[in-house]
Parts: sequence; C-alpha cells; structure tokens
Amino acid sequence: MVGQQQALHTQTLAELAKGLLNAEFSSYELVECLLSRIEEHDSSLNAFISVMAEQALTDAAASDKARAKGEVGLLGGLPIVHKDIFCTKGILTTCGSRMLENFISPYDASVVEQLSSAGAVILGKTNMDEFAMGSSNETSYFGPVRNPWDIERTPGGSSGGSAAAVAARLVPVATGTDTGGSIRQPAALTNTVGLKPTYGRVSRYGMIAFASSLDQAGVITRTAEDAAMLLTAMAGFDERDSTSVDHPVPDYVESLTRPLQGLRIGIIQQHFDSGLDEKCASRVKDALNVLEQQGASLIEIDLPNLDLSVPTYYVVATAECSSNLSRFDGVRFGYRADDAKDLLDLYCRSRGNGFGVEVKRRIMTGTYVLSAGYYDAYYLKAQKVRQLISQDFKNAFEKVDVIAGPTTPTPAFPLGDKMDNPITMYLNDIYTIGVNLAGLPGISVPCGFVDDLPVGLQIIGPHFAEETILACAHQYQQYTNWHQRCPEGYE
Amino acid sequence: MNSAWEVVIGLEIHTQLATISKIFSGAPTKYGASPNTQACLVDLGYPGVLPVLNAEVVRMACKFGLAVNARVASRCVFARKNYFYPDLPKGYQISQYELPIVHDGELIIKGDKGEDKRVGITRAHLEEDAGKSIHEGLDRSSRIDLNRAGTPLLEIVSEPDIRSAKEAVAYMRKIHSIVRYLEISDGNMQEGSFRCDANVSVRPHGQDKLGTRSELKNLNSFRFVEKAINFEIERQINVLEDGGEVAQETRFYDSDQDETRAMRSKEEANDYRYFPDPDLLPVELDEAFIAEVKKTLPELPDAKQTRFVKQYKLRAADAEILTVSRAVADYFEATVAAFKDHPKIAANWITGNLSAALNRDELDITDSKVNPVDLAELLSRIQDRTISGKMAKEVFEAMWADKGSADEIIEAKGMRQITDSSAIEKIVNIVLAKNPNQVEQYRAGKEKLLGFFVGQVMKESGGKANPSQVNRVLKAYLNKD
Amino acid sequence: MSLNKELVQHIATLARLQLEEDDFDDVVVKLSSIVDFFDQLQQIPTDNVEPMAHPLHQAQRLHPDVVTEINERDAIQTNSSTVQDGFYLVPKVIE
Repeated sequence: MVGQQQALHTQTLAELAKGLLNAEFSSYELVECLLSRIEEHDSSLNAFISVMAEQALTDAAASDKARAKGEVGLLGGLPIVHKDIFCTKGILTTCGSRMLENFISPYDASVVEQLSSAGAVILGKTNMDEFAMGSSNETSYFGPVRNPWDIERTPGGSSGGSAAAVAARLVPVATGTDTGGSIRQPAALTNTVGLKPTYGRVSRYGMIAFASSLDQAGVITRTAEDAAMLLTAMAGFDERDSTSVDHPVPDYVESLTRPLQGLRIGIIQQHFDSGLDEKCASRVKDALNVLEQQGASLIEIDLPNLDLSVPTYYVVATAECSSNLSRFDGVRFGYRADDAKDLLDLYCRSRGNGFGVEVKRRIMTGTYVLSAGYYDAYYLKAQKVRQLISQDFKNAFEKVDVIAGPTTPTPAFPLGDKMDNPITMYLNDIYTIGVNLAGLPGISVPCGFVDDLPVGLQIIGPHFAEETILACAHQYQQYTNWHQRCPEGYE
Repeated sequence: MNSAWEVVIGLEIHTQLATISKIFSGAPTKYGASPNTQACLVDLGYPGVLPVLNAEVVRMACKFGLAVNARVASRCVFARKNYFYPDLPKGYQISQYELPIVHDGELIIKGDKGEDKRVGITRAHLEEDAGKSIHEGLDRSSRIDLNRAGTPLLEIVSEPDIRSAKEAVAYMRKIHSIVRYLEISDGNMQEGSFRCDANVSVRPHGQDKLGTRSELKNLNSFRFVEKAINFEIERQINVLEDGGEVAQETRFYDSDQDETRAMRSKEEANDYRYFPDPDLLPVELDEAFIAEVKKTLPELPDAKQTRFVKQYKLRAADAEILTVSRAVADYFEATVAAFKDHPKIAANWITGNLSAALNRDELDITDSKVNPVDLAELLSRIQDRTISGKMAKEVFEAMWADKGSADEIIEAKGMRQITDSSAIEKIVNIVLAKNPNQVEQYRAGKEKLLGFFVGQVMKESGGKANPSQVNRVLKAYLNKD
Repeated sequence: MSLNKELVQHIATLARLQLEEDDFDDVVVKLSSIVDFFDQLQQIPTDNVEPMAHPLHQAQRLHPDVVTEINERDAIQTNSSTVQDGFYLVPKVIE
C-alpha cells in the first residue's frame, strides 16, 4: 500500500502520525515494515537487546481498531523503542548488564507508561553501555553496537543502541537517557537529533539509576519536531519521583516556529581551542553562521570553570552510582553466584561476576571518593565546583538566550580505540557534561560531515527552556538538510 | 559502687513512629504480617524505584522536638548510610547525618539523689528501619523478611550526661512516656517499636577526658537496661583496675546470663560513606508549619503532674504514677469529673484495685472492664455509705466480671450496708447476748476482745454492718455498766 | 600518586566486589590514574562556596500518610530463585 508515498521507514514521526490519521497505511503495516527492517539490519548493528515482534503487532492491531473508532492518543499507533534502562513490565530489562540478564521487570517506568498511554507501540529494547556507563556502547554485556555510518566505528554511548536504530531508519524515534552526554553524544555521532530535557522535567521513576542528580530521560529522533512531539507526551510531574518538577507542560510542537531573529547565542571560545578536531570545528562554525544569517546574534561568553567539568562529573557520578548499584547483591533479583560459601562470598562473587569492568571501576572510584578521609577532598570539593560551574551558566544566561557549540570533540571513533585509557574515554564528554552538572536542557542536531562521518551542533538552554532550544534546532533544520542524509546501505 | 570512678553514659533510642504507611513508600506498617507481604518495590530496592516522603513522619518528629524543648531544623537533609547486610535491601539506609530534623533539646529527670537533673538531647533524626533476619531454623541459610524495611524510625541521641544505670532508666522511661503521650509511637518494646542502645564508659573522677566507650545493644526492657549497664560498669572498672584497656566495641546483653558480651559479627569498623541522598530534596519547614504542629501538642507529663498536684491536691508520688501514661491520666480525670469531691480516693482506687485487675488480666487501661463513670458510681456508694469499703472491693470484682453497674450489683446481692443505728444496736445486742463470757472478760479489762465482737457483729450482719458504726455502738454497749 | 594495593583491596571489600587476581594490578593502575585526574579539582579555591547536591533549588514534597501498595509478594518473588515460605534466603549468618 506504499504507492506514491515515501517509504514508511524514511518518514519522520510527525509524517507517520499524519499518514495514520489519513489512513494512508495502518499501524500494523508500519510496525510490520519496521520489524522486518530490524530483522534485516540489526545483525550488523546489534542495536537491539530485545525485539517484541508479536506483542508489537498485537498492540498495533489494537491501535488500528481504536483509531477506527475515533480514539486517537497523541502517539496513537506510532512505533517507539526504549533504551533497555527503562523498566518495562513483563518484559526483559537488562540495562546492558549480565547482572540483569534475566530480569523481568514487575512494573513499567513512568516514561513507558506515559508513552504507552499516549498510544505508542513498543517494538523493542535497545542496547546500551552497561548501567549507562560509557561513551561508546562498548561496555554492554550483549556486545558493542555499531555505527551505521561505519560499522567499524562506535555510535557513541551510552544510548548507542537507540541512536543506531534511529540513524539506520529501523525506527523513527527512540528513548534514551543522558547523565553526562549519553543522548547528545551518540546523536552527534550518528547524524540524529538527541534531546536531554531539564533535570526534573521528565520522571526518573522506573529508569534504572546511574547518577541520580544527573540522570535525565530524553529522546533520539531525526528531527527536532519529532523530539518536540515526544517530549510533550513524556514530560510532566510525577509524584513518585521526589526530584520531579511540578512545571506545566506546554505543547512543544507549537513553539517550534519561533523565529531565529533576535536569538542571542552564546559561543564559548574555549570550545574551539585544542582538543576539538579542526574539521569538526569548521562544521560547527558553518552551522553558527547559518543561524546568524537567519537573524541570530553570536555573543562570546566565558564559562571560567568549565575545564573542571569532567573531573567534577566523574567524582559526583561515580559516588552516586557506587551507592545506587549496591542494591544488586543477588538476593532479591538479578545475577546470583552459585554455591556461595557465606554472605561475603555471595555478595563479592555475584557483583564481581555480574558487573563488567567499567562498572566495577566506577563503583570502586565512587566508593573511594566517599570514603573516610577522602570525602572532603573529593566529593565535597566536587560538589562545590559543581556549584561554580552552575553559576557560570547562570551568569552566561543573563547575556544570552542559548549557548551553542560542538557536541563532541571528534566524529565517531573506531571500536576498541579508547578502551585502554578510561580518561581518554571520559574526555569525550567534555562539551556535554557541564550541562548535566547544571541540570540544563540540551539538544544535539546534525550539522555536517567530516570524512563522511556526522558532526553534531549542541544547543544549550537555561532551565525549562526546551521550547527555545527545540525551536532553534527546528529552524536550523528548515535551512539545512544534514539530517535527511541516510547512511549507506540503510536507505 | 566504686567512687573513684565516674560513669559516663549516653543513650540512643530508636522509636518506631506510628504511621500507617512507611517513611519512603506507601506500603503498610502493621506489625505481624506474613513475611514479605508488606514490602513493596520501593522497600525492596528494586531497580529504578525512588523514595517519597511521608508527611506524618515529619510532623511526628517535629512534635517530639517541641516536646523536648529542642530546635526543629528549618532545613534538614536525608543522607545515605552505606553498608551491606541482607536486611538492608538497597545496600544503604536512608538516614540523616549532618543536618537532622531536631537538635539541641533537653529532658529533666530525677537524678540519683532525687534532685532535678538535666539530660541534653543532642539530636533526633529520621531514618528507615531495616528488615528482619532470622538465623535459626534452617541448616545453611538465614531467612530474610523485609516487611519492616522502610518503617519510620526516630533516633533520639542523648548527650553523655547520664551518670548511672538508674538515671539511664529514668531518662528512658521519660522518653517512653513522652512518645506515647504525643501518640507518635506505641512504645512497645516486645514488638521492637522502642529500642535502646547505651554507650558506656568510665573515667577517674575529676578527669576531663572520656574513657573508651563500649556500645551495648539488645536492651529491650527497662530492667535489662539497668542490669546491662551495671554489669558493664563493673566490667570496665575491673578491666581498668587490672591495668588493662577497655576495647571500643559493640556488646550485646545476654539476659539469661546477666552479662554483656562482645558481638562477633561486627567486622572492621564500618566506613558508612555518608552523603546527601540525591533522590530526596532538603526538607524545608517554615515557622507556620512548626506553629501548626505546636498547636497539636497535648499537655505533657511534667506539666500534667504539676497540675494534678495543684488541682487535685495529690501527693507528687501519686501524681507521677497517674501521669505516666495519658490513658491513665485521662481515666483519672474522667473519674474525678463524675466523682468530684474526693480525687484522692479516686487516685487510690486507680493505682490500687484497678491497677491490680488490669495487671492480672494483662489489660491496658484503655481496655479496662470498668470505665471511669462506673468507677465513679462505685466510689459514690462508698462515700454515701451505701456500702463499706470492704464490700466495695467485692462489688468492683463483680463489675469487672461484667455483672452490671455498681447499683445493680448492690441491689442484686442485697449488699446495702447497714447503717441504721437501731438495726446495728439490735445486732450488737444479739451478739452480746450470745457471748456473755466474753462480755464479762471484756468488762473485766480484756479490751482486746473488741476485735472479736466486731467480727461477730460483722458475721451476724452478713458483713453488711458499717464497721465504724459497729465499733462505736459496741464500745458504748460494752462499757455500759 | 599511586594508590597502594591494600587500599584498593579495602575499597573492593567495602564495595563487595571480587576482583580477579590477574586483573588486580591493572585495576590498581587505572584507579590510580583516575584519582590523579581528580586532583585538578584542588587547584580551584572554593572556600565560601555551597556544595551543590541538586541542580535545581527545590524542597522535598510531602506525601499523605496512606497505604497505597497492595501485597504482590508472589509475583515479585518470581524474580528470585532463592525464596522459601515467602522469605528470601541467604547463606547463614553467624552472629
């Protein structure tokens, strides 16, 4: 029934929504199409941990029936995949880890509930760095994810599976989580849009915790418009999450048309110093020029403490995760070592075997920075520097409306490249991390290619300015078509 | 006790707050449920779950702070206390560390010499209880029940101002009384809703520096607290006098052997790695909130005791007994309201006969088989001499056994006291006539026989004659010549 | 500054993580490099700066004291293979 229309898998969520409404195709057909694409292509990408083909088709059929009766949710019949960090009731939820290899969640995360209530059909759970710890999706127990732009390269992480699936047009949109850049960085490396909302904008209930004061749920899509659609359905106050903010949810799609005219964009000179690949810098500068041409003004700003954001982040994040992961002890759920001779053995072997190298490394680091004698020098210190970094952003936002710059220092790097030195890996997040420390919203949008590899432009806003950054990204996408380019072999 | 040594004691009391649901989740807190039927996903520490805060817990802690003259923090923070144990599902306990909800309070108790003594309360903070581990019963496994995990606790820490086991018990009793008065805890030590740990050390008199302290755990009755502390004091003094050193350790009290022993399972000093819980925000309490809570404070034990002495002219000791619990105090006042003029008599009956009956049947005063109004009626009948004091005891027992009200029983059993002078004189004459020898002996000087005659009159009257009248008439008739 | 082996073993024990002997040296090296990386933080003066535990300034909301959870023990316990009569089992602890 495809006929004149554009192939289903190449359509954006917004286009698919219209198509369903106009009965150009059914949800069942759409889901069927995507499931076969997943089957065809995922072996080369390993983007999925679970595919729920049968359930998805059942749900799609049900949604078609409902639509025929006039019952249409915001996302009725539209396909979605969830990063395997979101608990899905009755469905395997692994968090990319051996520890939860067989864990069937007894409940749905709030994000899952909200999207399902809006009518979205879940096709599967995507691969990710183990417990969201990583920037290349190479720490997953279920094998690395490959970048559809070059399968010898990583798609970034930790939401690598979601990014690869969307980039390869296996699905139009996916959920992800971002603690230090885990949505924005893979989006930049895969030519997709990655949105991390303000901390507290989206509920964390049911999202397996890595670093509680930094984690935020978001989306990976191909357009800012799609991201806006999803955010409208996902955002909102949740009384089960004490850190959830009771802030009204606007229609983010409506405000996309805000013009760039008059927008004050802050540029951080430090960003363009050493560390940033020259060609990437060039793409980013071109993008900024496009914005300027459309009436935005570029204003130089300084974030004096930004240099310390990576060490600050790693102290805080590892401290929080070392505690968050203590619940994985083999007693009530999860991997349990056999024939434990005593309690200590049960704990040490269940956790020693259940967790991968990077996770253990971060737990150890976190335990260290919180331990007696070191707390003041590391954890307390980092919290103070975090305050300074947040203050820097606050000061900057008195002069500008958004801050823009590169999302990552380089394009996608080869698999195995950075696994030897953890710090080299950590420095990948240098442009994204400060945003999490300050709890700000940020979006990465495709802005060009370097040696056929995608480059991302990051736009950061003050708290609850998702409308502003989405509009900025959307307008940019009206004047460019980077985001429409498809990786070879996945057309 | 050896007076060369000074004892320094600090008490840590954990009291379970009597909320319907848990501190950080909506699971129920009822005692005695089947294992793991009251542990929801949040209590079990499942992946992805988050804590929320029970308002009533905050109010109760605030009430306590106000009752002990403490500061209620305008901002307090929850912190994670990290350690691994099977009854601690998350691998950390949510507690409070640097910024507790209540701090700098005090309690006045009676010191060893009967003087008023001030014991400082350093802080009281909120935390969640752990589950229960059962180590006996199975060969190779311990069994874990997480129903209790997440029950709210208020940990009350005293300054090390206490100087003896007796003072320790007095402090503990006072706290126990207060939390029950405030209705924030049922204080049930058998069920574990009121637990006490004691930090005990000794030092030579006059020395400033504190001695090494040991922590005593498993003190679940007032008696055990006193015994355990006394044992420990002696033990430490003996160690020091023998030239040894007191080890800083945790010891538990074995009530069967009446001794404290070092706990084997306490491994190397735990590094709890406290840090502010990122899943919970700082709790901010403004003046309005605290003022609202203040309005709900009941009259507290000390104030009530003082008032009872003044208003009802009771002895301090009686007032103290009557105000140990609000329920007893309320019972007393309800009785007095219906039996206005003789509060002392009411006090005696409540601390005497009523108390005995309650103890015998293991009842709480709120389940008393005789209510204040009915007791008041009984007391009125004594007062108006319908029955004698002795008869009243019988009537009381019958009332207790559900045989009816005082009046009904008196009527049914024909127990009306004989107070009519002529009736008594009649009986006295009968008795004197029946016992001429004794009459003669009495008149000859054996005055002790009065008791015999009284007994005979009482017997003859079926116990109904008013004893003091009988006495008077007998004397009059016997001394007649 | 290299972390010494005893400290690393102590941390592993605190965190209840069994480390393979073969990997142990590498763990010490990598952890040391990470800790060294953190030392940059000492450069910056933070004397009167408030530590930031949460990125937004909010206060904790309070929930009413009502029971909202029903007993789902049996469904939940399908996730654990070591339960008996409703109890979770662990290797016996001697106290």
